[in-house]
Formats: sequence, C-alpha cells, structure tokens
Amino acid sequence: MARTVYLNALKELKEGILEMGEHIKTAIGRTINALKKDDLILAQAVINDDNVIDDKEKEIENLCLKLLLTQQPVASDMRKVSSALKMITDMERIGDFAADIAEIVTRGGRTGTSYTVPFIDAMSVAVIKMVDESILAFTDDNLELAQKVCRADDEVDELFNGAKEALLDCIRNDEKFAERALDLMMVSKYLERIGDHATNIAEWVIFSVSGVHVSTEKGF
Amino acid sequence: MKQIEKFSFERGVAIDVREMTLYYGDFHALKNVNMTMPERQITALIGPSGCGKSTLLKSLNRMNDLVEGCRVEGVIQIGGENIYAREINLARLRKNVGMVFQRPNPFAMSVYDNIAYGPRTFGIKKKSELDGIVETSLKSAAMWEELKDRLNKSALGLSGGQQQRLCIARALAVEPQILLMDEPTSALDPISTGKIEELCTELKKQITVIMVTHNMQQATRVSDKTAFFLLGEMVEMGDTERIFSMPKDKRTEDYITGRFG
Repeated sequence: MARTVYLNALKELKEGILEMGEHIKTAIGRTINALKKDDLILAQAVINDDNVIDDKEKEIENLCLKLLLTQQPVASDMRKVSSALKMITDMERIGDFAADIAEIVTRGGRTGTSYTVPFIDAMSVAVIKMVDESILAFTDDNLELAQKVCRADDEVDELFNGAKEALLDCIRNDEKFAERALDLMMVSKYLERIGDHATNIAEWVIFSVSGVHVSTEKGF
Repeated sequence: MKQIEKFSFERGVAIDVREMTLYYGDFHALKNVNMTMPERQITALIGPSGCGKSTLLKSLNRMNDLVEGCRVEGVIQIGGENIYAREINLARLRKNVGMVFQRPNPFAMSVYDNIAYGPRTFGIKKKSELDGIVETSLKSAAMWEELKDRLNKSALGLSGGQQQRLCIARALAVEPQILLMDEPTSALDPISTGKIEELCTELKKQITVIMVTHNMQQATRVSDKTAFFLLGEMVEMGDTERIFSMPKDKRTEDYITGRFG
C-alpha cells in the first residue's frame, strides 16, 4: 500500500515551494517597477508583503520538520526535503533584498530623479528568470535546468560590472547625480546577490536530483 | 567445546554466497543470489514479506534442512568452506553460526541453565568453567548487572526485552563467529529495541552479524551493509548509507521510500 499521507505531504511541499517562488518573483518585479516609476505606494506594498514570504518560509520549514519527524524520508525523498529546507532560506533572503530595494525607492524622493540605468533593468530580468528556472528545476527534478541557472549567474555578474561602470560615468559627468548613483549601486548589488541566492537554490536542486552537492565556484 | 574447529575468514569475508538458488518444492524462493558478507560487520537484509530474506538467513546455518521439499543449488561458503558440502559437520556449523529469532524463546529453565545449555551440549561439565561462561555471556549481552542476582530464577519471568537479550547471551555462550538475527526486535518495545541495537554494535567488534529487519530506520542505525531482496532476487547490496541515500536500483528506491510493499 502506498503511503498516501506521506506522498500528499511531499506534494504539499512542492506546491509550497512553487507558491513561495511566485511570491519572490512578484516581489522582484514589483520592486523594479517601483524603482523605475518612482512609485512609493508600490514600493511600500513590496515592503509590507515581505511578511507573506517570511510566513511562507516558516510554513514550509514546519512541513519539512514534520516530514522528517513523522515519515523519516530516505533516498531521493530525504534529499528533496533537506534541499527544500536549505532553499527556503535563500528564497527568504531574496524576498529581503526585494524589500531592501523597495526601501531605497521610498527614500528616493530626496534625489528628485527616477533615472536608472539599462544594466539594472537587464539584471532584474535575468535574476527573475534565474529564480523562476531554479524553482521549476526543483519541482520538475530537472538537473540540466538547474545547471543552466548556475551558469546564468556569470551573466548577472557581468551586468553588475556594467552597471558599476555606467554609474561611475554618471557621477563623473554630473556630481549632482552622485547620491542617486549610490542608491542605484546598492540596487545593483542587491540584484547581484539575488542572482547568487538563485544559484544556491539551483545547487540544492542539483543535490536533490543527483545526490552530489556541487559548489558552482568549483564547477560541475 | 575446544575441539569444535572455527571457520577461518580470509580477506575480511565471512560469508560468500554464489549463484545460490533455493526451492521449497515447486516454489522458487531464492533466485541466483550472489553476495559477500564482510567479517565483523552488520549486514542487514531488507525487503517485503515473502521476498526470501529470512530464507537466505536460515540457509546460512542450514536451518532450512528441516523444511520438507527444500532444495538448495549453488554455493554458500563460510570461511571458504562450502556449508552445503556433504562432509560439513552440522554441529560445528551451527555452533559457529548462531541464531536469534523474532520472538524470544528462552527454555523453561533458570537463567543460568539457559546460558549453560549450549556449552553443556558441547561437553563442558565443570561448574567453575560454566560459571565463567555464564558471566562472560551475560556481560557480552550487557545484562550481567541486571541478572547476576537472579541466575537461578526462571528465564520465563523476565520481560520480553530481557528474554530476547538472554537468547542473545545464550547464543553467545558457545562463542559463535557469526550471529544470525531474524527480526530480533520486532516484538519489543522501543527501549528494549534500543538496547539490542546497541548490543549489536558492541557485538560486531567480535563477531559478524547478519540481521533481517523490516525496520528501515533500524537498518540505517545499526548496519554497515544492506541488501535489498524482492521476489527471491537480491536486487542491490552496498554500504547502508549509500543504499538509503542513493540507491542504484529504482526498485530499491521505491521500496525504501514506501512507494510499494
């Protein structure tokens, strides 16, 4: 007889990760929109909604601990549950970074400009894709997709370097822009860190599927 | 007891099963089993009911000889000797390969006599020598302190967990090299189960343990090697940690994760 309660709990875990993934992708998208449009209300909404992500992390954490306690998963199930436990920490941090960017937007009134640089736009698109694909790789046990996410982090790092150069040029051209440029530098760094956390998620997916934990820095 | 020769293990191998097939009449209970069980380690045999794991266990000291219609093909070597060879001495085999069963089965006699039973069978009569064996065996089974003042009391008055450990002590009294355990804790409470598991870990410093268990967690806790059986086939064997984290065969994965069985 199949373990119905157990299999349903594993399904619930997968759905929980998917739902948390949707929340963090939405948060990144909205915070960048708020930045581009200088939309303080939207930025405040991102900050407020970070609680939803935090609650979701706790909910999934409880589910994982309950699964470990009551069902003692082994083999691929054990890897899936332990990976989920690690992944949600990275996912929660991504939510925090989205909220941190939103806070910069709420303070942006003092600079009086909504100017941004194309590199930041490209970074946000790239990291949302990384997050999306890393979560999809988890739910589909897709090793190749997870490896693709790890490789994509290099592109985000290049975009970050591009953003840094562009912002330096802006400061050199117009000193009045310096304060805004520093804010945007922070935004770029947060996006770059989101890319790192998406890579961590993908590395846990690789462990979950293959049983081998690789650090992208060492290659795979 | 001194005259009973022990098996001599080479290269760390206690038991070597080669192309072993077993029939109960027309029923094909074990199919071409090949496996090596290392010396002084615990090997767990797992699998759904009727998969052949207990049959294999009983074959290792020829308890299956008593089953009508049982026929064994292939080779089981202990210390390099084929135990199904015509010239094998069964008393020597069963003295060196002891067995503990699912339900504790102490004899209806005193604690002392339970332990002394085997050594007496092998001709030890001297009281001082028997006293020494009883004490050593009970100490090996970690129950000397519990029972040293109750040696003359009936073994049937002990709790289930104590009775099972007494059966282990009784098996140890004839100094076996290998101990076969057929679901030794399935009838016991968690505390007694824990004691027997710890005892197994201690025992493997001296002897080889082969254990049939339905408790996956027990297999992960105590065994060094695990072999998974299904429908009479030995599907997969390997280091326990590997079997329970990265099984190679999907049937093993499906069984240990509870997808079937």
